[in-house]
Amino acid sequence: MAGNGTIKVLVASPLHSYTGADEVEARGKTLGALLADLDSRFPGIRFRMIDEQDQVRRHIRFFINGEPVRELGHGIQPGDEVCIVQALSGG
Amino acid sequence: MARKARKSPAAKTKAKPAPKSSRGGSSAPHHLALVATRKGAWLYHGDRSRSRWKADGPHFLGQIIQHLVLDHRDGRTLLAAASTGHLGPTIFRSTDFGRSWQEASRPPAFDKAPKGQQGRTVKHTFWLTPAHADEPGVWYAGTSPQGLFRSEDGGLTWAPFSGINDDSQYRAWMGTEQDGTPDGPKMHSIIVDPRDAAHLYFAMSGGGVHETLDGGKHWRPLIEGMEVVAGFDAKNVAFHDPHCVRLCPSNPDRLYQQNHCGIYRLDRPSKQWKRVGKAMPAKVGDVGFPMVVHPRDDDAAWVLPMDGQTVWPRTSIEGRPAVYGTADGGKSWKRLDKGLPANQAWWTVKRQAMAADSEDPVGLYFGTTSGELWASRNEGKSWACIARHLPEIYAVEIAQLT
Repeated sequence: MAGNGTIKVLVASPLHSYTGADEVEARGKTLGALLADLDSRFPGIRFRMIDEQDQVRRHIRFFINGEPVRELGHGIQPGDEVCIVQALSGG
Repeated sequence: MARKARKSPAAKTKAKPAPKSSRGGSSAPHHLALVATRKGAWLYHGDRSRSRWKADGPHFLGQIIQHLVLDHRDGRTLLAAASTGHLGPTIFRSTDFGRSWQEASRPPAFDKAPKGQQGRTVKHTFWLTPAHADEPGVWYAGTSPQGLFRSEDGGLTWAPFSGINDDSQYRAWMGTEQDGTPDGPKMHSIIVDPRDAAHLYFAMSGGGVHETLDGGKHWRPLIEGMEVVAGFDAKNVAFHDPHCVRLCPSNPDRLYQQNHCGIYRLDRPSKQWKRVGKAMPAKVGDVGFPMVVHPRDDDAAWVLPMDGQTVWPRTSIEGRPAVYGTADGGKSWKRLDKGLPANQAWWTVKRQAMAADSEDPVGLYFGTTSGELWASRNEGKSWACIARHLPEIYAVEIAQLT
């Protein structure tokens, strides 16, 4: 668990060019708020994951405590772990 | 969406500086071939003779680069339309020939749909065009699915342009994503009349060719004379599939077009396209993707035909690739294949992947779906391979440095 109410976020490798790390901390009571917090520190990262209609892009997956989540309004509690995953195969 | 611009670490780690000799000396790089591929971008620095080329890349290794364009107005602003298999689309910008890249803070994106309605999502930016010389820093972008966007700050922020993205008539002509090319329907061939910044053309696959005379306030289709697939109604704009449209720099009243259904020429003010591809050899036909025009002679143009029979293999015809050139406005065409593989070469060339420089004689360049970059220093009379084993090439642009 991250400290001070922050949430541990595991970041997929295609997004390391933004975060510079495979694990960062962020704040937010929902998945949407957490992504907004990430975008404020890593500008541009949200649009690579969420399209202009506020939909999760086709090959991006979010897991909270190991459970798949697709709704930006999904709640997050202190101590939760968020994992951003790339979902793509083939050449 | 990004709030402010940032550096791309990918470019920091991979972009090698251009050769130091690029600023002077008889052997100094003078030509820049900008190669966009399915797995990254390369810059080839060519000397004045166009015989020696030095590779600089990959830039953005693994990212899908649809178009890489240098602003001919300032000679230094380079824009790259990028996406990856996983991530949403964006635009990168460099003003130092790729030594460093800055990401657009607001890439092209459709307006958010009102609640309860289905909005569209830009899958990738497909085409980039610098605007008129009187509008420095202004660029246009065409996307997949079809959308038209404009930047007024050299590519850092983009906004929908002219209202057509949400115009009900244009949306009907654009069709659904099932109506487009396998990689998604495209807006392309955004053309600026060098005499008039308010006179623009664009083309859509599918959805026809269109023009505006008032800077995008009003658009009208320009499809008369263009044919469609047998059995469909040529009056229906949605059925038209222009692959590439080019305006002759030496005569902005003349345009050439490579279409799904033939090669065409248009001489304004006429609105009637003439199918000049009928003069191509019957066994070759006049199907293809790219169209290239001569910088000084509006009677000269080049195409690279592909196999559009039966299931549309979209390969070279019979495995024997060739460029065809006309010197008389399309009345006749000549096969230009010296130096190209004589047989068993099953690649083709996409619509953005063929270009001409403005030297005399004109240099021609094309990149193949098999990752080869070919060039001719004599207007297609003979060909040499500059690079092999690149990823599938999506676009080739040529810039001349001064």
